[in-house]
Amino acid sequence: MKTRLAISPPLAAVLLAVVLFLLSGLLPNGFGSNPEVAVPQALTIIRIAVFLGIIAAGQTLVIISGGEGIDLSIGAVVTLTAIITYSIVSGKNENVLPALFAVLIVGAAIGFLNGAGITFLKISPLVMTLGMAGLVSGLILVITQGNVSGSVAPIMTQLIARPVLLGIPGAIVIWIIFGLLMWLLLERTVFGKNLFAVGTNRVTSRLSGVNVTRMVLGTYALAGMLAGLGGFLVVGNTGVVHIRIGDPFLFPSIAAVAVGGTLLSGGKGSYWGTMAGALVLTLITSLLTTMQMPEAVRRMVLGATLLIMISIYGRQRGFRQ
Amino acid sequence: LLIVAVIVNFILQPDLFDPKTLNNNMRVFLPLILLSAGQAVVILAGGIDISVGAIVSVVNALLATQIGLKGDPNQAVMWMIIALFVGMIAGAINGFFVAYLRLQPIITTYATGFLYAGLALFILPNPGGGVPYVFTAFYREATPLGLPLAFYIIFVILLAWFVTRQTRYGRYVFAVGGKIDAAYETGVPVSAVQFSTYVISGFMAALGGIAITLLTGSGNAGIGDALTLQAITAVVIGGTILSGGKGGIAGAIIGAIILGLIRNIISFANVESWWQTFVNAAIIVLALAMPGILSLIRRRRA
Repeated sequence: MKTRLAISPPLAAVLLAVVLFLLSGLLPNGFGSNPEVAVPQALTIIRIAVFLGIIAAGQTLVIISGGEGIDLSIGAVVTLTAIITYSIVSGKNENVLPALFAVLIVGAAIGFLNGAGITFLKISPLVMTLGMAGLVSGLILVITQGNVSGSVAPIMTQLIARPVLLGIPGAIVIWIIFGLLMWLLLERTVFGKNLFAVGTNRVTSRLSGVNVTRMVLGTYALAGMLAGLGGFLVVGNTGVVHIRIGDPFLFPSIAAVAVGGTLLSGGKGSYWGTMAGALVLTLITSLLTTMQMPEAVRRMVLGATLLIMISIYGRQRGFRQ
Repeated sequence: LLIVAVIVNFILQPDLFDPKTLNNNMRVFLPLILLSAGQAVVILAGGIDISVGAIVSVVNALLATQIGLKGDPNQAVMWMIIALFVGMIAGAINGFFVAYLRLQPIITTYATGFLYAGLALFILPNPGGGVPYVFTAFYREATPLGLPLAFYIIFVILLAWFVTRQTRYGRYVFAVGGKIDAAYETGVPVSAVQFSTYVISGFMAALGGIAITLLTGSGNAGIGDALTLQAITAVVIGGTILSGGKGGIAGAIIGAIILGLIRNIISFANVESWWQTFVNAAIIVLALAMPGILSLIRRRRA
């Protein structure tokens, strides 16, 4: 029996992120060894990772809940909620809170529909959420007819994109608080305990008194809500919106969860891992962009990364065991 | 459902059974039919293949760049054969990860699909290229003995399927999809069977890619994106259960035709263009929800 290197996936992902970052400094047009350039560079990358990180939070919950759980409607929900934010806020600070409220409700409603289809109609999560993605994309076309009017409020860019505390951008502060909340939710609440139970084995958790249907419904609704929050933050950061704004987040949101060591078959995982995963993916993307790789290569590298990661963590049991 | 779709379509488009319209329709439906047939085999064996759309894109990009609008027919045929091999290799990669490394099919083929889509974009960064007109003309107009070309292809696939079903391999596919542990214990080579279904799916996807290239006559690296969900939907509408072990290819082909007819209906019913995506998606979701809704009603009655 050979001894296995015991290192937890989230930690491995963080280490990978650091290595990648140092590597990116060695590129001809990288920051070299100058810390005065390196620190802002690091902050920029973390700031970009925040949006992926928050969108991937919902994905983490759904994947932990098991039953081949996955949410492919997240990209479309981000787009929809970004557009809603944009048109409700239309440049006024006092409209920010109502907009936030609206996107959370819209996101939760879409997620709830996903959950309802999966639990009551027994549609597989993949197919259900993929269909929902089509539905939401269609809805976006119907609502916008191709053009969106509105704008973000100054307070949003102030809070999200600019430094608020010791030169740290607001988005990062939000992410840290968010990460703590997610940790509390997963590790310190009944919901979190039940979630892991449902993800490990649905039958035993039902028999031990967990309302599995309600858990699955709640998880998908929460995932939709978090995607809504993601859309709100994304538009607050960029300040502009277009009808494909959420699409680039879909694939990385799943990859981030996988890279962070959450079992894709459910029942095991953490949000810390996903945060680290989001950092790794953002770094890889920015590394490839600095190296001036075309979109095609970036896609292939992301696909290969996910494939390698699931080959490491995602093996299913063999028959002989 | 097929009958309803045919009738509604007939009302909106009275010349539906005219040989020319029939050919028009069938040649548009054929790529999806091929894809759905391949997908059905994978799903029967308990897997799923989300990379089929991307394989279609790769094949399309390959043919459009390598043959070109002024290509030599002999070379074109050679490239089509290469394309089929590319499809099978892509399927073999999927099969390797799923069957031998025991990864989850959904996430694995999602990842490889991303990989293949990147490859398609790499081969053909901007839409363009194409195949010679003689080929597209042949694909579009050929009606041996007065029947559209697509009918012959469908017939061949169905024949192949009914023969395979009788063989040991055919029963293995159903066994693996039905009860995988029992199949393993009774000596079915589970991994090999799973592997082979992905190769078949890759092959059919490549065939679908060739068909769609001949149909459009041009290249576009994103051409297959929308086809994946449609292929899965077609399989589900056709009565194959997503968890595997029950269903068949004939149903999947009918499902693909129904989806095509639905799209026809939408375009003939003068749905406003902004609504088309939404209506199409709504119908697909409804079709997917149908079996669930029916069983809910039945349970309530019981």
